[in-house]
Amino acid sequence: MPLDLQPVCEIIKKHDFKRSSLIDILQDIQAEMHYLPQKALIQVSKSLDIPLTRVYEVATFFKAFSLEPKGKHTVKVCVGTACHVRGGARVLSYLENQLGIKSGGTTEDLSFSLEGVNCLGACALGPVMVVDHRYYGHIHTNKIGPILKKYQPENR
Amino acid sequence: MSPPLTSPTELRTLRQSLQRSKDGNRPCITLCAGTGCQAIGASEVVEEFKREIKERHLEEKIDLRASGCHGFCERGPLVVIRPEMICYVNIETSDVSQILTETVLNGKVIDHLLYRDPLTKEKIVHEQDIPFYKFQRRIVFGSNGEIDPTSIDDYIAIGGYQALEKVLSDMTPEEVIRTIKGSGLRGRGGAGFPTGEKWEACRKAKGKEKFLICNADEGDPGAYMDRSLVEGNPHRIIEGMIIGAYAIGSEKGYVYVRNEYPLAVSNMRRAIDQAKDYGLLGGNILGTGLNFTLKINRGGGAFVCGESTALMASLEGRVGEPRAKYIHTVEHGLWDQPTTLNNVETWANVPIIIQRGTDWYTSIGTEGSKGTKIFSLVGKVNNTGLVEVPMGITLREIVYRIGGGIPGEKRLKAVQTGGPSGGCIPERLLDLPVDFDRLQEAGSMMGSGGLIVMDEENCMVDMARYFVSFLQEESCGKCTPCREGLQQMGEILTLICEGNGREGDIELLRDLSRTMIDTSLCGLGSTASNPVLSTIRYFSEEYEAHIRDRRCPARFCKGLIFFSIDPEKCTGCGACLKACPVDAISGEKKEPHRLDGERCIKCRACYEACKFEAVTIQ
Repeated sequence: MPLDLQPVCEIIKKHDFKRSSLIDILQDIQAEMHYLPQKALIQVSKSLDIPLTRVYEVATFFKAFSLEPKGKHTVKVCVGTACHVRGGARVLSYLENQLGIKSGGTTEDLSFSLEGVNCLGACALGPVMVVDHRYYGHIHTNKIGPILKKYQPENR
Repeated sequence: MSPPLTSPTELRTLRQSLQRSKDGNRPCITLCAGTGCQAIGASEVVEEFKREIKERHLEEKIDLRASGCHGFCERGPLVVIRPEMICYVNIETSDVSQILTETVLNGKVIDHLLYRDPLTKEKIVHEQDIPFYKFQRRIVFGSNGEIDPTSIDDYIAIGGYQALEKVLSDMTPEEVIRTIKGSGLRGRGGAGFPTGEKWEACRKAKGKEKFLICNADEGDPGAYMDRSLVEGNPHRIIEGMIIGAYAIGSEKGYVYVRNEYPLAVSNMRRAIDQAKDYGLLGGNILGTGLNFTLKINRGGGAFVCGESTALMASLEGRVGEPRAKYIHTVEHGLWDQPTTLNNVETWANVPIIIQRGTDWYTSIGTEGSKGTKIFSLVGKVNNTGLVEVPMGITLREIVYRIGGGIPGEKRLKAVQTGGPSGGCIPERLLDLPVDFDRLQEAGSMMGSGGLIVMDEENCMVDMARYFVSFLQEESCGKCTPCREGLQQMGEILTLICEGNGREGDIELLRDLSRTMIDTSLCGLGSTASNPVLSTIRYFSEEYEAHIRDRRCPARFCKGLIFFSIDPEKCTGCGACLKACPVDAISGEKKEPHRLDGERCIKCRACYEACKFEAVTIQ
């Protein structure tokens, strides 16, 4: 399917073609398309007159961006210090095992992406996991199954 | 008086009319709707209150206010009923109807919703009597519970923008700077640089224009006070920045906030729009000729962007790489122009200092560190949450008096402060007064205010490994000592944690640390070894146990522990069998189960599932 670049052009226009808004523009594209397609990066480079290498540099430097398509649901597991001391890493490895992917990966059916993230700012409730925008606090390995089930394709 | 306001007097008149229209005896239900409480169901409780109030036609009789974070996240969702200040904890939607009928309408206290002190077993009715709040000094954070962060009128009514009014009517920029200098305020982002000096240098610096930045790129894992301030009281930060703009002579400011904090972004965005509508931001502020605009920038999720020069590079649309420190940002900052960058909490302190004066402010704190500090008290402690305390308070008071001690029968091992640039302070130093200088003497630092409590089940070598791997991932890679040094440290620490450490590793880690401290480009690299050095300093016996005896005293490091099931204690309930993700456990119901060590991935699911302490770790 050819990529529709219309939304990308609109985002660039919204930011007045300003070169200093490069990061904002990429964030908006990421939010709209859930990743940064190659063609979108080329369009940004052309419209802002910024070398593609620099666009690529920014797109690969910041964690907010992904060059690969993401799954329908993003599962983020906090591995910040407060969650770490309460077993955040174990939650992550349990999820890796359950979903059969490594942190940073996406399931083959594109239903889940898994990310270990540094701090979600809900430290008092650690360990914390976030599915899409919903926070789940005080997570233990035995609570994960029922949560995942809510998002699994057959239950949608 | 209707906005836009065209003079400081009009602002005062508006405040007076807002205060007059408030009936102090009218019941008000305040609900914490910060991200923490939302994670445990606060949004649903708010909706239920709205629904019930509407259904019972109570809109005219009671107010409902969804506020920012109150700090006591462990017991959320929280409800405080004013004017009595009755506090209910762990509220669920099913409690809403009863709260309305009994407490709000009939003044009766509902016993089972009260906070029960774990030490005295006593139930406590009023918020201010709960030890968690009682021993705090909430001068910056306290108003979070009093206002709806989406309402500028709420902020104005509690005295908001009064400091700005004072500055614009009776103070010169020099007087403002003198006041901030006199207050002894030091940067709350971590390094503790005197704020007034920074402002003065920026005011004196020559440039086409000058910029202000609010650093809300709160990256320290385990710290979330900045998020709660931006979410819960955005106008106080804006007010601080307008005062800064007047003092320094800037017309443009940026709030650089983490994209991972969507509620903070939207509350700040709304607050900026409201301030514009009220004539408090934009051109000719309150008719005084002051111009100042404020823009939000969302961070891209890079820890190093908390470093001021990296943050500025990212604001310019470039990758967040720091530059050498000998060029000062107060002279050559954003777009090579004089720039003042302060942390959220620093900006939020400014209106308070202006309003209450330096004498009052300097009466709080220690010789070298004035005022209060908000800490996020997290990890293995009973009352987790945000606490604001006067500088100089001891760690013991924070952990035991406010935090209510350590859960279970466990022993406290250490408190980690200062994030990945900080260190671990051992139990025997708990009487250390907390301020910028004393923490540094102890080999840690204030940082942005994370206090992570660790108990005997936390391995200190693993903590060092954790921070190094965090920083390894976050190092921007520009300078060699940081990039390669962290890589090497990470490998050595991983080997130690896996039981493959060698004699001489500790000395090697010390050596690498020294090189990184001396030669790294920015603060990330030069402080990166703090977690390693402080754990070696205070917990060398744990390192030695890993290296010499291939043993993890905390029974944490996966490579050095084995799980088994004690047949004496196992009741065959099947909980572990169900929890195991790799089918390593087998056994018939009501018969002792067996654990297959070959299959076991040491995830602890069984250990956590077992109610009979039958799963043992060796």
